[in-house]
Amino acid sequence: MSKGVAITGMGIISAIGNNVSENYTALINEAKGISRISKIDTIHKDAIMVGEIDFTNNELAGLLNLPANNNYSRTAMLGAIAAKEAVKNAGITKISKYKTGLISSTSVGGMDMTEKYYYEYLEDTRKQKYIESHHAGDATQKIAEQLGIKQSLVTTISTACSSAANAIMLGARLIKSGELDRVIVGGKDCLSKFTINGFKTLMILSDTYNTPFDENRKGLNLGEAAAYLVLESDKVVQAENKKVLGYVKGYGNANDAYHQTASSENGDGATLAMQQALKVANLQPSQIDYVNAHGTATANNDLSEGRALLRVFENNVPDFSSTKAYTGHTLAAAGAIEAVYSIFAIQNNVVFPNLNFKTQMKEFAITPQTDFKYKPVNTVLSNSLGFGGNCSTLIFSKNQ
Amino acid sequence: MKKVYINSVASIAAQKTFDNTTFLEDVTHYTETVLPLIDPNYKEFIPPAAARRMAKGIKMGVVASRLALHEANLENVEAIITGTGMGCVRDSEKFVSAIIDNNEQYLTPTSFIQSTHNTVGGQIALGLNCKGYNFTYVHSSTSFESALLDAKLMLACDEAKTVLVGGVDELGDHTVKIHRLIKHIKQVPVNSAQLLESKTEGAVFAEGANFFVLANELQKTSYAEVVAVKTYNTTTSTVTQVVEQFIADNNLLINDVDAVVLGCNGDVTYDLPYDELQNQLFANIPQLYYKHLCGEFNTASSFGFWLGARVLKEQRVPVAVQLNAQTKKEYKNILLYNQYRGKDHSLTLLRKC
Repeated sequence: MSKGVAITGMGIISAIGNNVSENYTALINEAKGISRISKIDTIHKDAIMVGEIDFTNNELAGLLNLPANNNYSRTAMLGAIAAKEAVKNAGITKISKYKTGLISSTSVGGMDMTEKYYYEYLEDTRKQKYIESHHAGDATQKIAEQLGIKQSLVTTISTACSSAANAIMLGARLIKSGELDRVIVGGKDCLSKFTINGFKTLMILSDTYNTPFDENRKGLNLGEAAAYLVLESDKVVQAENKKVLGYVKGYGNANDAYHQTASSENGDGATLAMQQALKVANLQPSQIDYVNAHGTATANNDLSEGRALLRVFENNVPDFSSTKAYTGHTLAAAGAIEAVYSIFAIQNNVVFPNLNFKTQMKEFAITPQTDFKYKPVNTVLSNSLGFGGNCSTLIFSKNQ
Repeated sequence: MKKVYINSVASIAAQKTFDNTTFLEDVTHYTETVLPLIDPNYKEFIPPAAARRMAKGIKMGVVASRLALHEANLENVEAIITGTGMGCVRDSEKFVSAIIDNNEQYLTPTSFIQSTHNTVGGQIALGLNCKGYNFTYVHSSTSFESALLDAKLMLACDEAKTVLVGGVDELGDHTVKIHRLIKHIKQVPVNSAQLLESKTEGAVFAEGANFFVLANELQKTSYAEVVAVKTYNTTTSTVTQVVEQFIADNNLLINDVDAVVLGCNGDVTYDLPYDELQNQLFANIPQLYYKHLCGEFNTASSFGFWLGARVLKEQRVPVAVQLNAQTKKEYKNILLYNQYRGKDHSLTLLRKC
């Protein structure tokens, strides 16, 4: 059993940077990663904007020293890069020294290759190597191999846009219960025609920069990214004299049970998830210093989440912002990306701005933080809400 | 830590297993490479209009979960944890092919919405109005065991008192076609009674849904105790060593294991670890197998879990699943072992309650 769940390493690749320090620099410089799409040939290219990672697949394969005959999807490569950075960042040299697990997450899995070679598989034997990379667990298996995690607990969660938050939550529970001493948790998703067209048919893609919590918001920008945290038990932290970046203090998961894709008007699921996370963390709402909101900039999400914030925090909603204006909505990875940003907030005592905000929403009076605010940040609450009614909240803290 | 019990079971498979008053007395033998499903009457559980809109996996999952809740005498549960290796493949196939065939035009959102891996878990929650914890695991052949591990952790720590756990996978035409090409599916049909003698590459694919109510209170309907579940992404030692360690970690001796349920699927390349256990460590105890009956799919091991639970409750092993001639007067501890294509192994220990 471990009382604390320490975060001792982080790794990230997103549209605003290829590693931890680049991401922080971009956040501080208000450098958005939103642009027109360049790596996928879609007929919607002039109608949407995305958060795309600069590297091509060949460049990513080069960074990982993969052999030419590898069958990595883009999702797997992004995940492997971020997970390796997290392990390195945590100063881990011998991964098998402690009971180490890997809990990853994805929503698209190997769909990028499937949609490229769907019919070619039937004729071109050279392309058939990607058939096995389609399933959601494939990228996780590959990341485990890259990290040298063997004969261990390795699994994958897919709960749409809350996936990575749930991976972090499970990891924290496994550390607390003593099932594992150390666990690498996070998520990854690449851009694909599948998700572009899916969200397009739902009519929730913005044709310009996304504007979370703005009255005139037009929808989300899809993004691609991967991020991982290393979670370690008290025992490991003490034995290795580890530098702790922060703690996973609370977590909550609830289902909206309202609609397959839409959130309930009053944010029942999000409210329950936040309340549960506060209970696990043993914190009062007034003790939260910053809320990193899910804030996708869709009409439905921001209204529902805003109402849930009002229900949980009543008239004292803490400083809140969505960082999706920087990265786009990175689907299954979002919870892990925003976990890294929450740790940045704690480490640097800063609340990041909710970029692109102009007009107050008329349904309520709460306004996101629109410029940098430097103040002591000891606790951050981060929301991730997804299809299937899946609502998750994580609370990160500076001290145990 | 609280004990964890299986309080109900529900299976929809290539056998008539949805009726718990029978227990594999009357099995269907197939000579196929892909098995059909023996469907319950979905309309008894879902309004016909809703049933028509639901993909196969959703329908199977929703009905299996209803059956499981009914047997456990529950109206609702505190958490829903689903395992699915491939997710909703039919809707994924529909949406990808529509994107390609129509050059990204004239698309409708239905198949995209239903293609999400957590659709089954979400639909079950929606049907029950269950606002509790809801997770979906999608890790190949340990998708179900990951769900089981989560449920066990939750119940043992008393974070919930009742959890619905299930494994569900559906087949899609294109997925079948391409897995045939890469020989994950057998090239030549084999009679299910002779599956293990086929000596050919690949497995016989199928689909199915097995759902269970797990709880930390024993009740009249209880089948067995879930003592332990462990997953291994790879094995670095022999399967015998892995099993010996697992048994020792649970304070048992190999002799305490009364029967072993093996996930062998007749793939000549990948059945070797099963053969090793069958011929050595567990040569002298009853051995059970089941994939000749339910076929192979990422969550087929949930059928093995169903089988183990039923054997412990009824204290008898149906002839159709006997892999050797051994029998026991009493079945107390049953060990389940599964892996797929040499990866993602799992060991589950069930005990009579």
